[in-house]
Amino acid sequence: MTDSGYETLGFLPADRLQSLLDVLIADGRTVIGPTIRQQAIVYEEITSVDDLPRGWTDQQQPGSYRLERRSDDAYFGYVVGPHSWKRFLFPPLSTVATADRESSGWTMRTPEEIPPRHAFLGVRACELAAIAIQDRVFLEGPYVDPIYKARRNAAFIVAVNCTQAAATCFCTSMNTGPRCQAGFDLSLTETEDGFVVETGSDAGRAVLQTIATETVTQQHLTQAESARRNAVDQISKQLDTTDIRNLLLGNLNHSQWEDVAARCLSCTNCTMVCPTCFCSTVTDVADLSGEHVKRQREWDSCFNIDFSYMNGGVVRNTVSSRYRQWLTHKLASWHDQFGQSGCVGCGRCITWCPPGIDLTEEVAAIRLSPGEKAVLTDVVEVDG
Amino acid sequence: MNAATTPIDNPWLNTSATIRRVIPETPGVATYDIVIDDPDIAGRYTFRPGQFNMIYLPGTGEAAISISGDPNHPLCLPHTIREAGNVTHTLARLGEGCSIGIRGPFGSAWPVDKCTGKDVILVAGGIGMAPLRPVIYGLLHQRERFGRVSVLYGARSADGLLYPDEFSKWQPSIDVQMTVDRATSGWQGHVGVVTALLERLPIARPDRTVLMTCGPEVMMWYTVQSALTRGLRPESIWVSLERNMNCAIGLCGHCQMGPHFVCRDGPVLRYDQVASILKVEAL
Repeated sequence: MTDSGYETLGFLPADRLQSLLDVLIADGRTVIGPTIRQQAIVYEEITSVDDLPRGWTDQQQPGSYRLERRSDDAYFGYVVGPHSWKRFLFPPLSTVATADRESSGWTMRTPEEIPPRHAFLGVRACELAAIAIQDRVFLEGPYVDPIYKARRNAAFIVAVNCTQAAATCFCTSMNTGPRCQAGFDLSLTETEDGFVVETGSDAGRAVLQTIATETVTQQHLTQAESARRNAVDQISKQLDTTDIRNLLLGNLNHSQWEDVAARCLSCTNCTMVCPTCFCSTVTDVADLSGEHVKRQREWDSCFNIDFSYMNGGVVRNTVSSRYRQWLTHKLASWHDQFGQSGCVGCGRCITWCPPGIDLTEEVAAIRLSPGEKAVLTDVVEVDG
Repeated sequence: MNAATTPIDNPWLNTSATIRRVIPETPGVATYDIVIDDPDIAGRYTFRPGQFNMIYLPGTGEAAISISGDPNHPLCLPHTIREAGNVTHTLARLGEGCSIGIRGPFGSAWPVDKCTGKDVILVAGGIGMAPLRPVIYGLLHQRERFGRVSVLYGARSADGLLYPDEFSKWQPSIDVQMTVDRATSGWQGHVGVVTALLERLPIARPDRTVLMTCGPEVMMWYTVQSALTRGLRPESIWVSLERNMNCAIGLCGHCQMGPHFVCRDGPVLRYDQVASILKVEAL
């Protein structure tokens, strides 16, 4: 686990980045980092800096993602891709329990899994915020998810500050970035010839001591600040979050829900790429004898029709009701449930939406012509 | 899951249990008495009226079922179940002695503890009587603590009324009234919707009366409107909601209804918590 703030600075020349990977691997960790697969930058196991998308960048627009060559050899000169770290902390498929038929009847067990010791390399500020949001969901409620907890406790986080932004980014509206503020063990800012390294935890300080860094100069700091400033300056998209909970929950019958439903394919892409969406379904998977059963949890989505199936009927049978559920949960009722927004402003749902639906524009449309008075009253607290 | 009674290391883990007895109730509905196999776990198990368990049939899946038994006798856990989906259809083919899994109890409870000195009205529709039966047991257990107790119960027809034999036992100390939508030959009681019974019910102290209702959402809605008209306070009215529950622990997202996880914040919710969303279509 990491504490907040950044301190202990060092400068890691670009040609010594491999030493960071080597130290993490020698510590018995699997390093997960950005790499190019199928013309996208995704997160997978890497062992060498040659696996990194050096010299590549991503061009993002609503419904569009393209890799392009950079004019330099930056290792982290891109923004975010279709993957998020969620897939390693809250795996897309996992076994939460097993059942075996024995002579005395069914015996249920917790699967014995040694949690992987991951080191995440290249975690953006919005992604640190997303991990903190999923911590609230899986660790800080009345029930703790054991799979998430084990993986989260074992993870080492190397954050990398953004030095550019995509057209779909709006982290500044959600107060999640682009500067990595907390929640990491190490944080890097890439400059022309290397990385300014900050530490955020004892584990991070320990790793920093074992890699050959140089003393940070004022020039390094100025370059790093300038690089980070570049990301802030490039962010053009905004989401006005003023009273957004009451705005959305007060407009549950707004005509905009039908308007967006005419464009939405209900394809679930936005929920799959979202770094905070946590919906899942557990189903039983039995072997051929039927005597050994796994209870498998798989990512699910509120955009699937059967997600709200109940007693022979579906509660949310229309695309408009399903889009409304997703957006009002993400931006409004998440505040009731977890005391914060469920959106970090990473823009993935905009980029990976086939028709390019932009949630910031949907909110703006409702804000432009709010149709109702606040229908939903404030949260009612009931004791006992 | 109650932290004091069950290990919480893995809230997904079921406990082995056995179907001790199956009591046919109404067409397609039976009560399954379930006993937890491990005597230590069974001995620690407690529940509050209105809470539910996940009933697990390995290979088929889980279903959220309210406990319809007596909270003062939690060793045997009756669950009154209507055949409605995969799990309940499979369960209906299992008999006494079959091994199953159970996980719970989960969810919120009816406010029996808040009813001391007050009059209590229970309004049930069809199988909605099952989650309210533990309330009746609780009220009868300390009958002197409460004022007038009325149970208003409606079903489509007489053969859809649960627990008819028990009503006669309760009748002297609480007022039980039943109604059916369609009378069949031999039915001597009321005919009509259950809200008609509520409209005719004398309510001497509306400001000191608590109403709990469970049944189809439309029935609960009209029940609540009638109660409000009669002067009951919104914060003295409680409903039990039903949504698709997959995890029962607020982690899977299925049962959301507005800001509520029905499995965790509900199923029993105070009316003013849900007043503004009960009538929102497809929420």
